[in-house]
Amino acid sequence: MKTVTLTVKKEPELYLECETLTPDAFAGKKADEIAKIPAYQGREDTTLGEYFSIAGQAGASAAETQIIINGDCSKMKYIGAKMSAGEMIVNSDTDMYTGGWMTGGKLVVKGNVHSFCGLGMEGGEFIIEGDAGNYLAASYRGDWRGMQGGVLRVKGNAGSDICTFMNGGEVIIEGNVDIHIGTHMEGGKIVVKGNANRRVGGQLVKGEIYVFGNINVMMPGFKHNRDVELEVDGTKAVFAEYLGDLGERHPKRKGETVYGKLYLKK
Amino acid sequence: MTKVVKDVICPFCGTLCDDVEITVSDDNKKIISVRNACAIGAEKFNHTSLPGRVTRPRMRQPDGTFKEVSYDEAVDWTAKTLVNARKTLMYGWASTSCQAMSVGHEIAEKIGGIVDNCATVCHGSSLIAIQDVGVPSCTLGEVKNRADRVIFWGCNPAHAHPRHMSRYSIFPRGFFTVKGHKGRKIYCVDCRYTDTARCADEFIQVQQGYDYELLNAFRTAARGEVLPDTVGGVPKEKIYEIVEELKGGRFGVIFFGMGLTHTMGRNHNIDIAIALTRDMNDFTKFNIMAMRGHWNVTGSGQVLAWQYGFPYAVDLSRRTKARYQTGETTSVDLLIRNEVDACFNIATDPGAHFPIDSVVSMSKKPTVTIDPHINMSTEISDLHIPVAMVGVEVGGCAYRMDNVPIETRKVVDPPDGMLTDVELLTKINERVDELMGAK
Ligand code: SF4
Repeated sequence: MKTVTLTVKKEPELYLECETLTPDAFAGKKADEIAKIPAYQGREDTTLGEYFSIAGQAGASAAETQIIINGDCSKMKYIGAKMSAGEMIVNSDTDMYTGGWMTGGKLVVKGNVHSFCGLGMEGGEFIIEGDAGNYLAASYRGDWRGMQGGVLRVKGNAGSDICTFMNGGEVIIEGNVDIHIGTHMEGGKIVVKGNANRRVGGQLVKGEIYVFGNINVMMPGFKHNRDVELEVDGTKAVFAEYLGDLGERHPKRKGETVYGKLYLKK
Repeated sequence: MTKVVKDVICPFCGTLCDDVEITVSDDNKKIISVRNACAIGAEKFNHTSLPGRVTRPRMRQPDGTFKEVSYDEAVDWTAKTLVNARKTLMYGWASTSCQAMSVGHEIAEKIGGIVDNCATVCHGSSLIAIQDVGVPSCTLGEVKNRADRVIFWGCNPAHAHPRHMSRYSIFPRGFFTVKGHKGRKIYCVDCRYTDTARCADEFIQVQQGYDYELLNAFRTAARGEVLPDTVGGVPKEKIYEIVEELKGGRFGVIFFGMGLTHTMGRNHNIDIAIALTRDMNDFTKFNIMAMRGHWNVTGSGQVLAWQYGFPYAVDLSRRTKARYQTGETTSVDLLIRNEVDACFNIATDPGAHFPIDSVVSMSKKPTVTIDPHINMSTEISDLHIPVAMVGVEVGGCAYRMDNVPIETRKVVDPPDGMLTDVELLTKINERVDELMGAK
């Protein structure tokens, strides 16, 4: 695996859109070629070389490429978006759409990310060491496919509207979350190790949500089913299992109605 | 001699009343009286002859005062600002005609602007929900002629759309609703007792911020599932009772406003209200409609969606494609995050509606405001270009809140030499072409 190191040399005046900052776009390129890759600021076309100094070189394919980014990326959008393989380490906060629609590889952000990150993610591993904003692992506006696969872990807190329309994959939030978790969810798994504010599992069709801490207000469409002992992300405990959302439509399997499940740690 | 112009459209709120009668002086210059419109609608017509009306563009001077300039100078300054900026916020559009919007969008495409309308601080959340789950809706004519179950949820038409209740939703007698109010059951769901609640047969007081939970409870009850004892302060018996009444109606409609769109959860509240409407269609005919505020904000959504696929917050900055993301390309976020470097306001007053931080941000950027009157936005702008009032001094197409297009009418002449929105935007568009051609 070969490594390319990017260091921010100029802060964007507005916000820089760099959906080209992925192992896929870098594969097979040398530092001077990477510097010529386009980036955008409003209607102004620019290049990555304008904003980053670039060292090292990429591997022959995305899978053989590691990208390390240093410096302040808090005004950069789409970092690692649509990446399919390889590895990226961002030593900074990042802006919106980080890791959106990624299908493979590993992306680590050693800071906070803004909203709409991991949007419609299909595969790979995405680790956020700080906090995440709103709409994490949700769907793009109007789309009915949120996160579909892969693993997304947030070591800090996450905002509201996370995992909207999620239908696969796994999201683990080690801290707290705000309102509207897993709205319209049709599959996949959400683990919240801290507290959740309100509206957890609203309009939930299928899928599992685990909350280790408290939920401020429970949705009226959930009913207690039973208590079960489970191991969730390395923690063994007894969970109260709720079925829901009883106000929502639910598919049938072998004559039985399939409900979404909400587990609250006892 | 005076003359009376009949069937005038009121260009104030989304109800777009089409039965206003206006008496004008015989030289077509002055409105003498307004009949049939409500107080706020009449005031809009009377505004034409407000003393101190500005009739020529005003440019901010280094000492902070305004100086009158010619339309040509104003057009030149505006075009240069647009051409020099990397990302311009082009906000407003809700009180102008669809024809003006189409010229404005042409400019936006060329200069890579972001076109947003006041849905962004109003019914934008409804539009998100509609995009997510669709909308079973109808026209106001159908409501008048058929509706026998009417719910006002988080809206107060008694104040915001004064003639809505008498023309469409509560009192009128229609083809199948010959008994008028007596044949309808009216519900009002709100966190406080409003003047609309006063007209309702049933007032359901929901605890503030519990609309989503209450709507979820209605859906759960409709499916015959169990409920907790109270939801958002409403006892479960009441919820079951109302759901049965709704199922028993022939034609139901939910009207909703800011009480749903701008309380906790925003688009989710509308989303679940739409879901309830859809559920109700298993039992009877049910519809839902947003109480749109500005008279042609619906039109802006229509024109934008027709041209670019999105109803507001359309980002054309990449020019080869249109993008949209509430929270990113919406005006308030763009301003607070300083993501734009110029502002162009037309036919709406962000200075009055936006959070203060975004207004402060706007005041620090090159800003032009196109508006018939002096308002809060003109006062923080570098340039104010007054124009004729659409729907009063010039006609043009508008969309009513139920998405029905209505051609508004001209009743009086604008002050001498004053340009209309379409004329002004066409001049700016031509100047932009010249400047970009020279680049
Ligand atoms: S209800 Fe609205 S459209 Fe009708 S007269 Fe009043 S302000 Fe004008």
